Amino acid sequence: MIPFLALVRKDLRIFFNDRKAVIIGLVVPIVLASFFGYMFGGQGGDAATSKLAVLVIDEDGSDISRSLVSSLAGDKNLDVKPSTVDGAKEVVRKGKATAAIVIPKNFGQDAGRALFTGANKPEIGLLYDPSHKMELEMVKGILSGAVMQTVSKEMFNGSSGREMVNDSLARVENNPEIRAGDRKVLRDLLGSVKELNERRAAEQTATPAQGSLSGGLTMPFETHEEALTSGNNVAYNGYAHAFAGMGVQFILFMGMDVGIALLLLRQTGLWQRLRAAPLSRTMLLGSRTVSAALIAGFILTAIFTFARVVFGVRVLGSFMGFVGVCIAFSLMTAAFGLMIAALGGTPEATRGFSVMATLIMVMLGGAWVPTFVFPPWLRKLTLVVPTRWAMDGLDAMTWRGFGISEALAPIAVLLMFALLFGTVAVMRFRWRAEG
Amino acid sequence: MLEVNGLTKSYGGLVAVSGVSFRADRGETIGLLGPNGAGKTTTVSIIAGLLSADSGEVLIDGRQVKSDTDPVKLKIGLVPQDMALYDQLSARDNLTFFAALYSISGAKARQAIDDALNLVGLADRAGDKVGTFSGGMKRRLNLAAALLHDPEILLLDEPTVGVDPQSRNAIFDNLEALQKRGKTLIYTTHYMEEAERLCDRIVIIDHGRVIADDTLQGLHKMLPITNVIAIELDRVDGFAPEAVLALPEVKSAELSDGTLRVGVHDLSGGAPGVLRWLTENGHAYHHFSSEQPDLETVFLTLTGRSLRDSK
Repeated sequence: MIPFLALVRKDLRIFFNDRKAVIIGLVVPIVLASFFGYMFGGQGGDAATSKLAVLVIDEDGSDISRSLVSSLAGDKNLDVKPSTVDGAKEVVRKGKATAAIVIPKNFGQDAGRALFTGANKPEIGLLYDPSHKMELEMVKGILSGAVMQTVSKEMFNGSSGREMVNDSLARVENNPEIRAGDRKVLRDLLGSVKELNERRAAEQTATPAQGSLSGGLTMPFETHEEALTSGNNVAYNGYAHAFAGMGVQFILFMGMDVGIALLLLRQTGLWQRLRAAPLSRTMLLGSRTVSAALIAGFILTAIFTFARVVFGVRVLGSFMGFVGVCIAFSLMTAAFGLMIAALGGTPEATRGFSVMATLIMVMLGGAWVPTFVFPPWLRKLTLVVPTRWAMDGLDAMTWRGFGISEALAPIAVLLMFALLFGTVAVMRFRWRAEG
Repeated sequence: MLEVNGLTKSYGGLVAVSGVSFRADRGETIGLLGPNGAGKTTTVSIIAGLLSADSGEVLIDGRQVKSDTDPVKLKIGLVPQDMALYDQLSARDNLTFFAALYSISGAKARQAIDDALNLVGLADRAGDKVGTFSGGMKRRLNLAAALLHDPEILLLDEPTVGVDPQSRNAIFDNLEALQKRGKTLIYTTHYMEEAERLCDRIVIIDHGRVIADDTLQGLHKMLPITNVIAIELDRVDGFAPEAVLALPEVKSAELSDGTLRVGVHDLSGGAPGVLRWLTENGHAYHHFSSEQPDLETVFLTLTGRSLRDSK
């Protein structure tokens, strides 16, 4: 036991002796996690960062277009600013705005007419950043709703609406392309709208506007949004996933360093001295596994402590489950490092290969971006990546707030990976310096 | 104490050692002498259990090392050629760690560490990080680390590589102190003066084979001459060194810078005759001395190549 403890203690002392490296090893993941957490919604998901920057160019200047701009500006998902066409093109091209909406001249008039007759629909220009196509769809949806509401409101209430109804009635009467039967129906519809408008005008003179159509046509439903986190009144904390992701990434890099260090050690007199001592191979590799796992556990603890204190990230699920996932992941990382040492050739060549392997594991594990953005086939494929289980386990125990039962599968899978990597390491490790 | 029998080791097609055999008795110092790449380090690595031999055996007190944890390994202390220390730790912390590898802890470890530090003269630097040490100090600490478990056999793989003469002398003093304590030393080197100073017997290895195994005196006897008599003549005008070759026991004679160098097979038999001949023939001299040929000469004689230039 004395040699085993000495080997572990020596690894820990050497790790903590290099204070600059320790600080950098903690600061870098914390800074990156803070950044990613902020980008992915911060502490509540309604921060200013989630609003889409949209420019609006109102070339019409009518009541309808002004009302449309006002409606867009009032949307909680958009950050609307007025602009010119040239100015908007420049800003969108630079990627500083997601899209620009160009409301053309005579939009109000043409849109009002098109509402009933379908003719001469005005074209709203959309200038967009091709790297934000997903957001463009969102802008188009919001724009459609705003246009329908604004135009219909004006048609059923506004003074220009009354003029346009009269104008539309005249056009219906004079348009030879409209069949007699259709003409009668349209005449009745527009006549009813005209009658409604006149009654509204009379009522508005007497009392302030009220009624179901005073706000225009709106979506015939509303959504009730509820974020399913660990419980009622518990807001989603984007930092939880980000800190888990960056923790996983940097601990994997630490594991990789353990493997490279072992390869380098094998080239030194220290390895000869260790091998000359009456120590079993299990002890030499086992002590390295334990020390690496302890260092990994320390890094995770430090990172999550920072996240707890600064960003309010909490383990809303089972604390035991959280600790279990951390331990299993730490052991898996340590075994991963040993496997690198076992399979690697020269330290230099191994470093390049293992950096690539680590980054792929981190990427596919959902440490950078959540796996739900992956296509379904890739989501299934990532189940063979240990980091995916670590991320799922940490997410489940932190912001999703699940009980320990949801940690059992990640813990079991991570331990199986640790066993697999460890077995490969022991079987393939080249004990002799000559390789 | 130590028996090495017919060790053979190859790396692919390269034969590193081939049939190496020698033995070391308790308290004896054996020098493994040979040029770089001769197979000295491979031999030491096999003895220490770092490498497995393709064939042959190593016996320590009649027993082979059978596993990584075999207690027989406790009888061996290894001083690797490469520095085997943690620069980030202090000298004492290094030694505490290496002592723990042999399950030595507590007061026993402290005593062993103090003894080792005193032996190598680093007690006053025990608390300093090894990274601040000079190359010579690191070499001495490298030696100290192998002594903590009080091994009976010390394997020293070129322990003076890259150190200044002062540190080298300090290491020699340390090793001589260990000799006095009855330790068996296996000392690899390609510096013949080191082997000459320290070793009771010298095993010369070249191209993985033992080409000689004897005491220094025994090795000298393999040479056609055992001594060179250097005689500084008063006058050299008209002197022909070839005339000396006619004397019995004289094997070689050359004159340079007023000094006549005469090689003899037997000093006591040859020297009086040479000096008498000079006197009788009117060649006065004012000083004479005798020199033994060094190991360089031995190696040159045995291999036809210089020790330092060998590849």
